[in-house]
Amino acid sequence: MPLGAFKAALMGTAGVSTGDVVLLTSTTGSGVSEIDFSSKITSTYAEYIFRFYNLGPATDEVNFTFQVNATDGADYNDSAITSTFFRAFNYEDASNAALGYEAASDQAQGTAFQILSAALGNAADKSTAGELHLFNPSSTTYIKHFYSRMNEYHVSEAGVTRDQFVAGYINDTTAIDDIRFKMSSGNFDGTIKMWGVK
Amino acid sequence: MAMTLIQSQTASSASSVSFTSGIDSTYKLYIFKIINIHPASAADFTWQANAAGGSGFNETITSTAFRTYHTEGGTSAGPGYNASGDQAQGTAYQWLGGSVNQDNDESASGELFLFNPSNTTYVKHFYSTLSYVLDSGGPLAYRLDAAGYINTTSAIDEIDFKMSSGNIDDGTIKLYGVG
Repeated sequence: MPLGAFKAALMGTAGVSTGDVVLLTSTTGSGVSEIDFSSKITSTYAEYIFRFYNLGPATDEVNFTFQVNATDGADYNDSAITSTFFRAFNYEDASNAALGYEAASDQAQGTAFQILSAALGNAADKSTAGELHLFNPSSTTYIKHFYSRMNEYHVSEAGVTRDQFVAGYINDTTAIDDIRFKMSSGNFDGTIKMWGVK
Repeated sequence: MAMTLIQSQTASSASSVSFTSGIDSTYKLYIFKIINIHPASAADFTWQANAAGGSGFNETITSTAFRTYHTEGGTSAGPGYNASGDQAQGTAYQWLGGSVNQDNDESASGELFLFNPSNTTYVKHFYSTLSYVLDSGGPLAYRLDAAGYINTTSAIDEIDFKMSSGNIDDGTIKLYGVG
């Protein structure tokens, strides 16, 4: 199989259907401050899945986050989010492991960027990966539910894996058509793909 | 992972949503996508299975359920086990979410994975995630994760979704096969 064909089979090709899940956009950033999806979020699909591949920050101990912009909004700051955040972690030397809630990463009607992966390290081999499900963003009846799961190589020098679970809703009955992903500070590298589920 | 849409059903004041065809040996994984299920009154959103040749949605299930929540007022949050949502060899409808609220802008969305339902050697594993609004001491974001097995080696070919009481006022459930 030629390299290009293998890559397409592995990663998907924008606009090409994998059954009834359609890859809509794939964006690879290198030293970018944010990655926006400002088109193709429409009523065509009732669920959108964002997958994150090796997002590596330039700055140490930053959070990977998202916010949305409603069709009546001017920026990524006017949709209140109520969310939950819990995580499991384990140290490479097995000295510590636990499951717990992380209040610093949730929101209660907040308009800040929602944390999906917290306290990332910027070492060369550190990154975060996972996925975010966003349900029916074009609905004008219901608020918008989402949930995510991301694993990260934590900032700690000890070497820590963290499995992070976020869920909640964007408390807005206006259609959502834009979404932005960024680090809480600094630039990042990596690939984000957006899929529509028929 | 290629997903194929097999069937989509939209409920409108329906007592249940049943998938009585399309679950067979064609796929080893079936995913139900739950989009904006809105109950007529606050109730648990649940499902059960019927084995091939069986006569009712009453298979034996052993399951776990845990949840995390956060109030809009920020007054309370946390993860924990949710014993109301599990079963120990029970034949009741299995929780996808408990006390899903019915305000006009509130609903529940998520997914249910059912593995190899047509297998006649093994019990049938499943897991689900549901994100919704629960109205207990103020609106709160609630996520419920359930998992377990349908303790039968008979093939499963039907799944039924319903509220623990009252109708499903609105919402869509889609069934996908994963090749």
